[in-house]
Amino acid sequence: MSTKNEWPLWEVFVRSKSGLDHKHCGSLHASDSAMALQMARDVYTRRQEGASVWVVRSDQIVASDPDTKDMFFEPAEDKVYRHPTFYKLPADVDHM
Amino acid sequence: MDANTLYVLRIADACLIHGQRLAEWCGHAPVLEEDIALTNVALDHIGQARSLLALAGVLEGRGRDEDALAFLRAEREYRNPTALELPNGDFARTVLRSFLWASFMKVLCTALAASTNAQLAAIVAKSLKEVRYHQQHAGDWVVRLGDGSEESARRMGDALALLWPYTAEWFADDEIDAHAAASGIGPAWSSLQSAWRAEVEPVFAEAMLTPLADTPFRSTGKRGVHSEHMGFLLAEMQSLPRAFPGAVW
Repeated sequence: MSTKNEWPLWEVFVRSKSGLDHKHCGSLHASDSAMALQMARDVYTRRQEGASVWVVRSDQIVASDPDTKDMFFEPAEDKVYRHPTFYKLPADVDHM
Repeated sequence: MDANTLYVLRIADACLIHGQRLAEWCGHAPVLEEDIALTNVALDHIGQARSLLALAGVLEGRGRDEDALAFLRAEREYRNPTALELPNGDFARTVLRSFLWASFMKVLCTALAASTNAQLAAIVAKSLKEVRYHQQHAGDWVVRLGDGSEESARRMGDALALLWPYTAEWFADDEIDAHAAASGIGPAWSSLQSAWRAEVEPVFAEAMLTPLADTPFRSTGKRGVHSEHMGFLLAEMQSLPRAFPGAVW
């Protein structure tokens, strides 16, 4: 299985028939984008899950650092006033 | 059996036997992703075989259902072209056969859309979507391996040398083709050859492969006279239904 170590990892995003957005559903190994799309179709849409598939190289994703979680996210915890529920909306503004 | 039943049976058995061969890769493919892909293709073929065998059973009119036809016939009663029963060999041979056959199925299913048998036309309408993907997936591998490393190109060349002569049988008409064409149930397979070549040649060009010259060799699986590999395949495929008649999941 040495090829496993040579083929890059890809993240797979699938949009379901009724869904509006693509949701991350897993990852796979493939040698290039064309193969990754086919493999994604075969691995992640076997049970009618998909109407559209995106793949992206895992190493192209920039992720936040788990070690900076407190600095990044905790300051928002005591600022509930940022939720729009505190404001009265005019009746004709739907779907906020 | 009448000629139209045998015509349908040839297609049904080709799907069944090819599906059985591809299923042998389950758990053995080079990578996990391809393992699932090959198994998907195998299941598509088994599904096609089920519909077509059920239809053949109706046309035959002796009360045999898809299981009876799939599992309880003797070797000489199977009508698949020999190419599909040959052992898988390596991955190159497997994907090349899959590509050659998917290309054939694509042109056959397209032509069968005009069949005078409405049920057959309906079955192939569904199959056509499946085989278009099989052709793309397998063709992709043919190009990757044919135009890949020295080793992969050698293996693809070996696969071509072995498989190509067996494709001649697909286009060698007999009285069953003539009857099918006359009755309108489906085309004589020889009439599909140029369309098939048009499907195969662009992929071959990309894969640095050249179709081989025709030889006098004609395999005879379509007439029920199979290679030495068929008996072993059937022994494995039929063992469970024969040991446990009527077994269900």
